[in-house]
Amino acid sequence: MDGPLLAVNGVTKAYPGVVANDTVTFTVDPGEVHALLGENGAGKSTLVKMIYGLVRPDSGGMVWKGEAFEPATPHAARKSGVAMVFQHFSLFEALNVAENVALGMENPPPMRQLSARIRDVSEAYGLPLDPDRLVGDLSAGERQRVEIIRCLLQDPKLLIMDEPTSVLTPQEVEILFKTLRKLSAEGTAILYISHKLEEIRSLCTGATILRLGKVVGNCDPREKTARELAELMVGETLHIPSREPGTLGDTLLELTNLSVKSANPFGTSLKDVCLNIRAGEIVGIGGVAGNGQDELLAALSGESIAPAGAVKLQGQEIGMLGPNQRRALGLLAAPEERLGHSAAPDMSLTENAALTGTVREGLSKNGFLDWGKARNFAESIIQGFDVRTPGPDNAARSLSGGNLQKFVIGREVLQRPDVLVVNQPTWGVDASAAAAIRQSLLDLAAKGAAIICISQDLDELMEISDRFAALNEGRLTEPRPAKGLTVDEIGLMMGGAHDMEVSHVEA
Amino acid sequence: MDLSAINPLILVASLMVAATPILLAAIGELVVEKAGILNLGVEGMMITGAICGFAIAVETGSPFWGFIAAAVGGALLSLVFAFLTQYLLSNQVATGLALTLFGLGLSSLLGQKYMGVKPPSTSKLDIPFLSDIPGIGRVLFQHDPMVYFSIALIAAVWLMLKYSRIGLVLRAVGENHDAAHALGYKVVRIRIGAIAFGGACAGLGGAYLSLIRVPQWTEGMTAGAGWIALAIVVFASWRPWRILMGAYLFGGVTVLQLNLQAAGLAIPVEYLSMSPYLITIIVLVIINRSTQSAPAELGQVFHASH
Repeated sequence: MDGPLLAVNGVTKAYPGVVANDTVTFTVDPGEVHALLGENGAGKSTLVKMIYGLVRPDSGGMVWKGEAFEPATPHAARKSGVAMVFQHFSLFEALNVAENVALGMENPPPMRQLSARIRDVSEAYGLPLDPDRLVGDLSAGERQRVEIIRCLLQDPKLLIMDEPTSVLTPQEVEILFKTLRKLSAEGTAILYISHKLEEIRSLCTGATILRLGKVVGNCDPREKTARELAELMVGETLHIPSREPGTLGDTLLELTNLSVKSANPFGTSLKDVCLNIRAGEIVGIGGVAGNGQDELLAALSGESIAPAGAVKLQGQEIGMLGPNQRRALGLLAAPEERLGHSAAPDMSLTENAALTGTVREGLSKNGFLDWGKARNFAESIIQGFDVRTPGPDNAARSLSGGNLQKFVIGREVLQRPDVLVVNQPTWGVDASAAAAIRQSLLDLAAKGAAIICISQDLDELMEISDRFAALNEGRLTEPRPAKGLTVDEIGLMMGGAHDMEVSHVEA
Repeated sequence: MDLSAINPLILVASLMVAATPILLAAIGELVVEKAGILNLGVEGMMITGAICGFAIAVETGSPFWGFIAAAVGGALLSLVFAFLTQYLLSNQVATGLALTLFGLGLSSLLGQKYMGVKPPSTSKLDIPFLSDIPGIGRVLFQHDPMVYFSIALIAAVWLMLKYSRIGLVLRAVGENHDAAHALGYKVVRIRIGAIAFGGACAGLGGAYLSLIRVPQWTEGMTAGAGWIALAIVVFASWRPWRILMGAYLFGGVTVLQLNLQAAGLAIPVEYLSMSPYLITIIVLVIINRSTQSAPAELGQVFHASH
């Protein structure tokens, strides 16, 4: 076939108050792996939703194999040969693999035939799957296989992948890339959305870069450095966080055989977690999502309590204390979920500042809140951390992800913690805000605080941490110095190491 | 006390009749909840169905049209709930409670001139050969058609949920409405369909009370049957055959304790009266301990946000 598979011509889509896509134009050729690059809010997701028929453009049009293409629903898009793997999995935990696959198909065959096809296709592409298992019991990597198999069974001409690697171990990423290269060699075009630049450089043969809804450039990512790509995305020179090498102080926090049962029935319980962390040190904790990250944060913040001696802060046993008592002693935490866990979405920034700041900032007197002081505290966070908002009376929900994240991190940092625990501090945050947040963590450590940073972004952990450990099924590996760790070693710590030990013992 | 007056065969026959209203309402509510909607208005839809069915049966002289009218009445009332919760995104718990209160009031308004009227009687189905089996033949195979319809409905819902495409989509909507929407399924339409089905079933259950079980019209005659149906759905962990079991257990204990009261058992009447509720819940909790399978989006508001 001559000409591009898909041509997007001057597509515009506006929402109240924001233009998500402004006259976007690009083309995808058959068999091409094309990257859509851009920061959060650059309009990548809206653009692919239009191709997949979930959103209709205000103006402009698309051409599919030389004919006008206006999918009104995902069904129509799937019929034309467009398939999509979603960023937040579109799976149903209480249904089994075959049922999940059937839901994403136009005319699914009877269940028994479908199961057989799932087995065949999944093995042909090196992604083995058992069609009868419940999706709720699968790991993140296996869940993604379900989504990919669901797409492959429809024999797509264009496969859209929205941030597919954010939940995978490095080894799983390799398997995925092999599958994608095989597909591309067979003539399937792939539209690949990511902000992980190294991945795009190794996988993609063309790229369209979006900034604030506009196309700002096209390039061949194999010919650019990651830094050049990042600067194209952000539109300014990037500030790389830096730190002064400091000396480590006394041990501040000690975890000894910390075992905590998960509060969530699909969660992972912590098993015998041991960790010592000293003043001025940053320990990075990696691992695939759902291996006990939330539970570790809860056990440290005091949301779930443990035997008193399992958690010691400066020698004092605090395992049985609740969050406010731990805050009073200097152990603060910022959880992953911004809306609903770190911050109450419909409350103002002043109220949110008071929610965690009352104990350490003295915002209440005789049981009454001092709103003047709380407002000053919120304003100091907004100024100190460059939070873009009209003022502290705005609801937390009205802030963009990056700004709200700066606010919740700033709120804890400004309370002068001795130990700060953060989970996914820069998840879904644009590059410049992420750099600012990392810099603030480094500055805090330089002043003598101990920091535990839980994250799935390995680049981030390598950039800021002194030591690195990984969570795997609720167990924490022995922390190792972050400098000089190779990707293979990290991958083994995240996924393979325990399994290998077990098979070693059996052998 | 004279326990010999209690005939086990008659007991079984009457428990099937006692359980049918709850069974019908509960299987309807199961479908609603499987789609992720919590409709607490079962009681209100039941009693509306009871009066609609009673009035039309009296006016037309045909219990068949009475039951049709009851299903339509229950479904119409449930569509009020559907409009409020699916289009105006109101809170499902509050709207369901309001629906119960509204249904109770509406039914007594509609039923004013039907107090003390006798409805046309429903003919019993006499299944040839089977009903001639001595003993159990008369017990199991000589009921009115609605008893068999309710059992067939359980089987149909079970088959639909487990094996059909529409059942799979329904479960998917109740499990993760955002994902179902992203795959292009019409979440709101599917839910409205489920709510209307639940309303129709509750209406049938109500009409069974007023046309067959009692049979006459009294204000507030459902007397909490809708709430029992709701409880049975939860304690049966959203499984159709367990609903049959729960409803028959409840019906059985109800009939038994009435017989025991009549036989003059030396236990205070209050304890006997509460026994059906206690025993049903205890039994279902015990068999349900291992599996928790509430639809994940039960009671959550869905709003397509793009």
